[in-house]
Amino acid sequence: MAERYIVVGGGLAGLMTVIKLAEAGKHVDVFSIVPVKRSHSVCAQGGINGAVNTKGEGDHPDIHVMDTLKGGDFLAEQPPVKGMCYAAPQIIYLLDRMGVPFNRTTEGLLDFRRFGGTLHHRTAFAGASTGQQLLYALDEQVRRYETEGLVRKFEYWEYLSFVRDEGGACRGIVAMNLRTMEIEAFPADAVCMATGGPGIVYGRSTNSTINTGSANGRSYMDGAIYANAEFVQVHPTAIPGEDKHRLMSESARGEGGRVWVPKEKGDKRSGKDIPEGERWYFLEERYPHYGNLVPRDVATREIFSVCRDMGMGIGGADQVYLDVSHIPAATLDRKLGGIMEIYEKFQGVDPRHEPMKIFPAVHYSMGGLWVDYEADSKGNLIPGSPRQQMTNIPGLYAAGECDYAYHGANRLGANSLLSCIYAGTIVGPAMISYAKNNAPKKGDVPSSLLDSSKAKWRERFEAIYKMDGSENPYVIGHEMGDLMIKSATVVKVNAQLDQALQQIEVFKDRWKKCNVLDTGRTVNQSAAYVNQLWNMLEIAHLILKASRLRDESRGSHYKPEFVLPKPTTKKPGDDPVFMAAWNARNEKWLKNSIGTWSESGPKVEFRDLSSLQNPILKPEPRHYD
Amino acid sequence: MAQTDKLVVRIERSHPDRWEEFHVERRPNANVISVLMQIQRNPVTADGKKTTPPAWDAACLEEVCGSCTMNINGKVRQACSALIDKLEQPIRLQPMKKFPLVRDLAVDRQKMFDALKRVQAWVPVDGTYDLGPGPRQASEEQEMRYVLSTCMTCGCCLEVCPQVSPSTKFIGAAAISQVRLFNSHPTGKMNAADRLHGLMGEGGVTDCGKAANCVTACPKGIPLTSSIAEMARETTKQALRDFFRRDERKGGGGPA
Repeated sequence: MAERYIVVGGGLAGLMTVIKLAEAGKHVDVFSIVPVKRSHSVCAQGGINGAVNTKGEGDHPDIHVMDTLKGGDFLAEQPPVKGMCYAAPQIIYLLDRMGVPFNRTTEGLLDFRRFGGTLHHRTAFAGASTGQQLLYALDEQVRRYETEGLVRKFEYWEYLSFVRDEGGACRGIVAMNLRTMEIEAFPADAVCMATGGPGIVYGRSTNSTINTGSANGRSYMDGAIYANAEFVQVHPTAIPGEDKHRLMSESARGEGGRVWVPKEKGDKRSGKDIPEGERWYFLEERYPHYGNLVPRDVATREIFSVCRDMGMGIGGADQVYLDVSHIPAATLDRKLGGIMEIYEKFQGVDPRHEPMKIFPAVHYSMGGLWVDYEADSKGNLIPGSPRQQMTNIPGLYAAGECDYAYHGANRLGANSLLSCIYAGTIVGPAMISYAKNNAPKKGDVPSSLLDSSKAKWRERFEAIYKMDGSENPYVIGHEMGDLMIKSATVVKVNAQLDQALQQIEVFKDRWKKCNVLDTGRTVNQSAAYVNQLWNMLEIAHLILKASRLRDESRGSHYKPEFVLPKPTTKKPGDDPVFMAAWNARNEKWLKNSIGTWSESGPKVEFRDLSSLQNPILKPEPRHYD
Repeated sequence: MAQTDKLVVRIERSHPDRWEEFHVERRPNANVISVLMQIQRNPVTADGKKTTPPAWDAACLEEVCGSCTMNINGKVRQACSALIDKLEQPIRLQPMKKFPLVRDLAVDRQKMFDALKRVQAWVPVDGTYDLGPGPRQASEEQEMRYVLSTCMTCGCCLEVCPQVSPSTKFIGAAAISQVRLFNSHPTGKMNAADRLHGLMGEGGVTDCGKAANCVTACPKGIPLTSSIAEMARETTKQALRDFFRRDERKGGGGPA
């Protein structure tokens, strides 16, 4: 039998993986719960980073590496970050060649704008729907391979689990057709998970409804390590909504947008009637150097504290102004058109003339499936090593938001599109090497193994169809979201996390009393959801557990009980008392949390980063003042 | 519109075919999706009967993925951007009618993706390896291409087109406009003829009846009618080029 590869997920990471495999002449099956063109990557707005240095600023991939590592408070393994930042310019050029309508300079070159956590113009963009435009470009290339017969798409198919042989290696997947509810097993020489993040575990977030994290939850239950679960990014600027929170891109600030509240508490005037002198631009005041473009974790905490601790939110509510109304409307339409329309459509207010009202919302998971890498002594990844992006399960790979590798404790804006595509470019060749050198028996998966895996899942779903208890699964999901928002977002408190850990057990018990709501075999979305919900509860449990155990503040993970003292000198390195505390904290906590599943609940241990023995960049205190 | 506590929502359902009415608590900032989510959490009809949660497709909820397209009060649009405060009650939800029904509000729009294959809607790059920067482009050109490129294959343009029906083969405005997108790219242009050939013949651009409903229905404001007009001209020119080239090839004795 010829080699076969499986990619689960059709967002940027998945499609780039497909392209790399197909380009090498390999046959690929891609599984996606929606037509791949509708994947969540479409929601990315602001742009993609790459130190192309066309603005005479002396930007360089090394500075991109530094910004990324520092932005993530040094919790990312360094060689993959270096590989990503060095590949970034050519990735942007590749996308440009594929026809992405990137914004242009007057000379017709790619334009770049500013984003958070850097002082350089490093972000290429296509209006304010860059993710959509990038996804379409990859979707088009994949469609081309589909017509050539190299790619088979399984759209409206949901991943249920990977198939594991006696030696512990991944040999394929079991998946369910969400239209007909049929369950099948598919053999593969290597499988790549590219299933995105778990935002829906939080109920309402900036994520698409499809971002349940269910696939990752199941792989974790089946033995894959889930690392740094406690690091979930809360984006500073979103429009709160009843069904979801809609992102207002960081690019609004990259193009000059300013965050402020009225100086006078409870000021009743509408934003546009408040004169300049009566506005408090708290980010600019507190961070004169980076201003509104401090990294997301910093901006989010400031907005949160202005509203919750000081009661200075607009009208006393949980909202602050994000103001672009001083920028000419024509510029806004050209560079931020997508988000201007979203705000106008969903809020009924024209942000070109009135300041937008925003509040932080759950946005991105830095944590995810643990993946390996292989680098030389200089910290350069070894091309084609089968170890790149491989989970602890031989033959099972992960790429994109569903892996944990690139962003440490906090992701910089416009680095996610990059990390997805970059991971895709290296995981494809890694899978091919694995199949060539390491696969137990290339192309030959025993049919008994496939049959037994399939039978197990058919049984499980037969049991789900029979669930006729009193609990509505969507209600449990909704309440789980509320619990997670309350206990594991901007500010985490151990006492609250302890309560949440108990509550999650209650939800797990309630799950067993679910009613499936629908016993049909055509688009039975609630049966699929009952299965997803359990996997989500497992991820939620792990996020809470890892959050509880990490007693420090780092990036998106913030516990007021465990905060370093403020340095008394301008440069933190000059304050010996601060540095002693900082070193002691790193000694204990500059480690990845390693989550493994067990019947009785998540097991979490903290493991040193292997690249810190010989780092590309020595960790240093983050400061953006 | 008077603000009442209860919303009345009527949904056209399948398996078996029926209409069901739901009464749902009105919540601030609600849209059709959040109302469907409320029904999921309490799938009971207005007359107190337990029912199954309606099936529908959704993903991004910010009108960039195209998934949740349906007929809302008789108008095809995305459910996520259909704000409850702006809708007449009772709110009527129906599936799109020009696509095979899958269940309830979910339809099968595969034919739109197949159309993209037919017109070869891609830039055939040499490979993913490092070949340096792409071609320079004027801002003006980029802005025009960007608008065309925001097509999310939602199907509104097909739903409102009188030329599209289960018995006709018309490819529809979306795919025609994609040909314009790729044929305006400096590299994509090199294969313009292949794409134009995809627009010729049965179901091609000449099947357009010029009703111009598509351009009004497009949620992204894509200039679909001008795309169709331009592609109609281009296919005519291509047909002439094909005719003369055929003669050239015959005369020159080159490859057939």
